[in-house]
Amino acid sequence: MSDLTEARPSLHTEVSRPTPFHPRLSGLCLTNEWVRWGGYTTVNAFDNVELEYFAVRNQSTVFDVSPMNKYCVHGPDAERFMNRLLTRDVRKIAPGRVGYCIWCDDAGHVLDDGTVFRFSETEFRLCCQERQYLWLWESAVGFDVTIDDVSDEVAGLALQGPTSFAVLKRMGLEGAAALRPFDVTDFEFGGGALTVSRTGFTGDLGYELWVPPERALDLWDALWEAGRLHGLRPIGSAALDLARIEAGFIATNIDFVAKDNALRPNRGRSPFELGLNRLVDFDKGHFTGRRALLEEREKGSRYHVVGLEVLGSKPARDALVYVGEATQVGTVTSAMWSPTCKRNIAIATLKRPYDLGKEPLWTEIYVNKEGKWEKVVALCHITERPFFKTPRRSATPPLDH
Amino acid sequence: MSGTYDAIVIGGGHNGLVCAAYLARSGRNVLVLEAREKVGGAAATEEIAPGYRAPVFAHLLHHLHPAIEKDLGLAGHGLALAARGLATVALERSGRHLRIDGASVTRFDGPGVSEADLAGYRRVRARLLKYAKALKPMLTEVPPRLGTTAWSDRKSLLKLGWAIRRLGRADMREFLRIVLMNVADLFEDEIEDELLVGALAFDAVLGEHVGPRSPNTVLSLLYRLSGSAAGVQGAVAVPKGGMGAVADALAAAASAAGAEIRTQAPVTRVLVEGDRAAGVVLDSGEDIRAPEVISNAGPKITFLDLLGAEHLDAGFVRQVANIRTRGSAAKLNLALKGLPEIQGLPAEALGERLVIAPSVGYLEEAFNPAKYGEFSPRPALEITLPSVHDATLVPDGGHVLSAVVQYAPTRLEAGWDAARDGFQEIVLDLLEAHAPGLRSLVVGQQLLTPLDLERRFRMTGGHWHHGELVVDQMFMLRPVPGAAQYETPVAGLFLCGAGAHPGGGVMGVAGMNAAKRVMAREAVG
Repeated sequence: MSDLTEARPSLHTEVSRPTPFHPRLSGLCLTNEWVRWGGYTTVNAFDNVELEYFAVRNQSTVFDVSPMNKYCVHGPDAERFMNRLLTRDVRKIAPGRVGYCIWCDDAGHVLDDGTVFRFSETEFRLCCQERQYLWLWESAVGFDVTIDDVSDEVAGLALQGPTSFAVLKRMGLEGAAALRPFDVTDFEFGGGALTVSRTGFTGDLGYELWVPPERALDLWDALWEAGRLHGLRPIGSAALDLARIEAGFIATNIDFVAKDNALRPNRGRSPFELGLNRLVDFDKGHFTGRRALLEEREKGSRYHVVGLEVLGSKPARDALVYVGEATQVGTVTSAMWSPTCKRNIAIATLKRPYDLGKEPLWTEIYVNKEGKWEKVVALCHITERPFFKTPRRSATPPLDH
Repeated sequence: MSGTYDAIVIGGGHNGLVCAAYLARSGRNVLVLEAREKVGGAAATEEIAPGYRAPVFAHLLHHLHPAIEKDLGLAGHGLALAARGLATVALERSGRHLRIDGASVTRFDGPGVSEADLAGYRRVRARLLKYAKALKPMLTEVPPRLGTTAWSDRKSLLKLGWAIRRLGRADMREFLRIVLMNVADLFEDEIEDELLVGALAFDAVLGEHVGPRSPNTVLSLLYRLSGSAAGVQGAVAVPKGGMGAVADALAAAASAAGAEIRTQAPVTRVLVEGDRAAGVVLDSGEDIRAPEVISNAGPKITFLDLLGAEHLDAGFVRQVANIRTRGSAAKLNLALKGLPEIQGLPAEALGERLVIAPSVGYLEEAFNPAKYGEFSPRPALEITLPSVHDATLVPDGGHVLSAVVQYAPTRLEAGWDAARDGFQEIVLDLLEAHAPGLRSLVVGQQLLTPLDLERRFRMTGGHWHHGELVVDQMFMLRPVPGAAQYETPVAGLFLCGAGAHPGGGVMGVAGMNAAKRVMAREAVG
């Protein structure tokens, strides 16, 4: 008889790795709800999703972002390379700044979104959801740059919420007060550098902290100690997702399919279709997808990602969007009842021109009422994103409480 | 010096000259910029020893398109054939050579192949010629683009489908059965004679990095058969004055039409302004402007070196970087003080196309080392003696022997500097074995490895088609899918070289089609 305690991974086993913070996470994860993210074991919920969510808006929270993919791009042509890769003009991102960005394939379809950190004239770090090394490497033909996958060499924590600066201050990082949104700088911590950027995925005041894995636990412990009086609690991906929907951010492979993950040829989405026009700069010179996007601008786009407010209180999760009774014009990709906004909100992809909202839009929501599926048809209307907006997100110096 | 032109052609190879001639004839102010001291590229005649002139690389004319000869009046510009309708002689070491001339296969010293083999040969030949004829319009026309809704693209695809369908049910099935198959299987099914099969299969692999048992080699053979010299399908000819005379006639035609040709003017960069081509920069720093820039250089050089990846999408660059350009053919030219004697071969047959590829096994074994970065220790040869037809090439009584030698990979493990002498000796030994005493006649020699071709003629990988001519790099997939039809992602930049459809082989069709494309594009505006 085989010994089940000695199971060995086969070719088909996908073993998830612990993140550098795992020793602390595992002790705190009372639900034992783990999810696989980017090949890592991560937490879906530590304790109670609602309490974790409310901590984002009222206290401060820490979320392990170590599984994000991180690529260091450096060399004499780094700026030219990044400008050919990204749709926005990186020349406008000064050293010490971070930018939200997307990049496309030749067809002008988005491969992923992420943040680009500019450390110097010749050094960038791209931080994103999907594996992109191959694309970056292929994009480097003809450029004098080096691309390093530093995903495993940088551990990250997102510290988000109204008291997040106070936590940093108590930890000894008073200097973080000077950081404006999208600033990044290094602090001395534990005998090495701690990179702090004022960035995040919650639409609230918040920071992201980056250290080498060997100092990850020291960082966690210092934060933990400093956060005691500021309501710091760890959150999992379920609570983060609620915060990001309120903030109106789209998520790769939830609100759109990254082109490389799509099998069906028409699933690719352009920046215009994702409502990210502001990230496309046609005046900066050539970038991958530029000609396709120019053509799309001429001929028109097929879809548009919009924010919806749905009447009633049923979250319109996975709902279909109709005009009249028989014309399906779109799909809801993210939805929630927003406790902070007190609104039933959703992010949806609509076929154009229904995104103009000239005709009434209806969501067809299926609700499972104790084993019985019921259809709720609710009127909805297109609304501005972000759904949740707070001045504390950008106030500099930040709130200190 | 700098002026403004309507069109600049980068590179004065035969396709560049054809393109320039057509554009100039349409009234455009055209400038041809050639890096070397002389136009013609690899279609050149050069002195290899005092008084001896040999075809530097290409030595036979298979494909020069009749429309080009006629449109450009090449006969009036000095193009004449010294010989046409050359037979192929399959050389055999013991002297039992085969003479293959159209449908006939004979031996010089007696009966030819068996009745059954002759019948088999005729059967397969008739089929191949028929299919090649069906494919021919595709080879000379602008290939369709995939994934477009343009009527012209659909029409070209329909036309191809129709040409195949029109063969009839039995032939269509047979065509579809063999078209992607390997050439060895095709001939071995019908013919037993090893010497005959070897010589026939050699035609399918000449110039390519494939062996007779590599897939799709039947298509390469059909491609070759679809050409015509002097109106005879699949025939080969020798131009008077060597291959250089073809380039000279084309240059004369282009000049007569008003094109300006500048030699020793290497282009280093294509100028791009407002996302369209605006001219070129020479290595002297001089910039010359024109709204249309047509590149005779291969796609890798054009896109990656002259234009630069920064003007292109990353996916497109990946495709271009992955075009297979492994040259495998070397060239040995010999200056001989007398006519060589080949055992068992009458002197009057020395003017034919002589082939050393005694069996499919020999050919495939010759290919094997090339896969691993080594040259063939027993190579296959295509030999001509152009001086037999054209005494003006040599001093009295002298001759030149020109041999294409396969296989010699561009990237040799040992490096060509160290290996070239050894390789040359191997080829000379092989020739000597067939023609005893040949070594003593040699007064001059010139060996060009694919690396030399790459360096001298700026052919990527030293490949005479600027990229392997195999099914996934042909027709609408040439140079890369989505960029066929001589246009490039950058408006105003066109390709007119062998890297574009339908490839090289001194045919000129790419140059002609590209010129027509430029004119059509301008007409649209």
